[in-house]
Amino acid sequence: MRGATALFQRELGAYFATPVAYVFIMIFLFLSGVFTFYLGSFLERGQADLRPFFVFHPWLYLVMMPAIAMRLWAEERKAGTVELLLTLPIGLADIIVGKFLAAWVFTAIALALTFPIWLTVAYLGQPDHGVILASYIGSLLMAGGYLAICSCISATTKNQIVAFIVGVLVCFLFTVAGFPIVLDAFAGWAPDLVLQVISSFSFITRFNAIIEGVIDARDVIFFVTLIVFWLFANAIVVDLKKAG
Amino acid sequence: MPMIEIDNLVRKFGEFAAVDGVSFSVERGTVLGFLGPNGAGKSTTMKVITGYLTPTAGRVEVCGHDVVGDAIAAKARIGYLPEGAPAYPDMTPLGYLEFIADARGLKGAARRGRIAAAVDKVALGSVLTQPIETLSKGFKRRVGLAQAIVHDPDVLILDEPTDGLDPNQKHQVRTLIQEMAPSKAIIISTHILEEVEAVCQRALIIARGRVVAEGAPTARGTWQFGEHEAEPGRLDAVFRRITTGNGAAADDGRTGTPTGTKGASA
Repeated sequence: MRGATALFQRELGAYFATPVAYVFIMIFLFLSGVFTFYLGSFLERGQADLRPFFVFHPWLYLVMMPAIAMRLWAEERKAGTVELLLTLPIGLADIIVGKFLAAWVFTAIALALTFPIWLTVAYLGQPDHGVILASYIGSLLMAGGYLAICSCISATTKNQIVAFIVGVLVCFLFTVAGFPIVLDAFAGWAPDLVLQVISSFSFITRFNAIIEGVIDARDVIFFVTLIVFWLFANAIVVDLKKAG
Repeated sequence: MPMIEIDNLVRKFGEFAAVDGVSFSVERGTVLGFLGPNGAGKSTTMKVITGYLTPTAGRVEVCGHDVVGDAIAAKARIGYLPEGAPAYPDMTPLGYLEFIADARGLKGAARRGRIAAAVDKVALGSVLTQPIETLSKGFKRRVGLAQAIVHDPDVLILDEPTDGLDPNQKHQVRTLIQEMAPSKAIIISTHILEEVEAVCQRALIIARGRVVAEGAPTARGTWQFGEHEAEPGRLDAVFRRITTGNGAAADDGRTGTPTGTKGASA
């Protein structure tokens, strides 16, 4: 725990030590505004909910989460500091969790700064605050899923650009797993069960259910399991590099 | 009991054995020098001792703790300066040392005291709040040394601690190592042979992943590496002879015909 806390503090501080954090937060807020008001027709719809805001989050995260997570391991490898990190008396699990949590909390800060949109909709009408809160929680869980994937990918390379591009690609597959773009590759030769399993990985399908106001325990468990799985894979990647 | 004990260590990268059956031990109060050509396996050996790389075969113990089976306990007793002294460029030396102290479990007054002592030892006081990326090479190296000693470890592993420093800075670092030597077991790697004479009580010459010669100072003030004896300041001739010219000596120690005994300085 001690190690995870020290790591978490350093990593979170690292985001704010450079302009990266501020640039990121501004772009995040700007894009979520553009999506909500222009693509989502937030005002024209005349409905007091935040669906136009949340519905674009998978696409927003698809680009933004790899950008946050790409540095987690690749930067350490490039700078050689990974050698310091892995020779500290801290368990690997603590290191991975500390890094991941820093990225996740940073995302949570950016997400929390979208609160004016909640205030706006509350001022204009009577939204269902329970649904909005659930959507925020669901959005954060989904962001965690993207971050865990990209953290693992970051551990495989010392090149942040590679980590970013591969991260976007893998995140894209998870995002649209339930759509023909992925399923068509399997339809025709793979059994139905396989297709169902693949489409059950779809972030969009799961997240859409949450922002409809249906918090299904299975969706929550899905994202939590996904995070644990990818962080575990992250540990294996780091361990393999020590042995390989 | 030796502080560092290495038994038949092998570390392969694919088929290539970077370290190929190295055994030695280091007692408290000893500064052991690693000598050898680039790519000989010095850094790899250090990386295995510090737990950054896992051994392919063999056993490494630090203060009685196996570096694989009991990694955290072993790591807690080691201070490590990796080659090139990497550090987080955006952090200040103070923030960096605080992070290392936290990660190593130092708390409260002990934490403050240890950080202040480390800063004092390497004379970092004037740059404590500047980002590390803006510091000169000498200061960066000192930051690396400070993080290695902040928890007052029993074992210090320093990979080329004076590489790239100016003569005054080299002298400072050597003085620091000498000061710490009596209470610790220290391994340094270096290409500077005079450094071995200045700070080491023993030295290993490593080539192609093996220990090809072990040396120690003699009562006459010379260094003895197997059959080779080097006059003060003439270690480099012996080094060259062992690592290049004399194939038999480089193969597996000293099974070949002894050549050039005492000839190194001639």
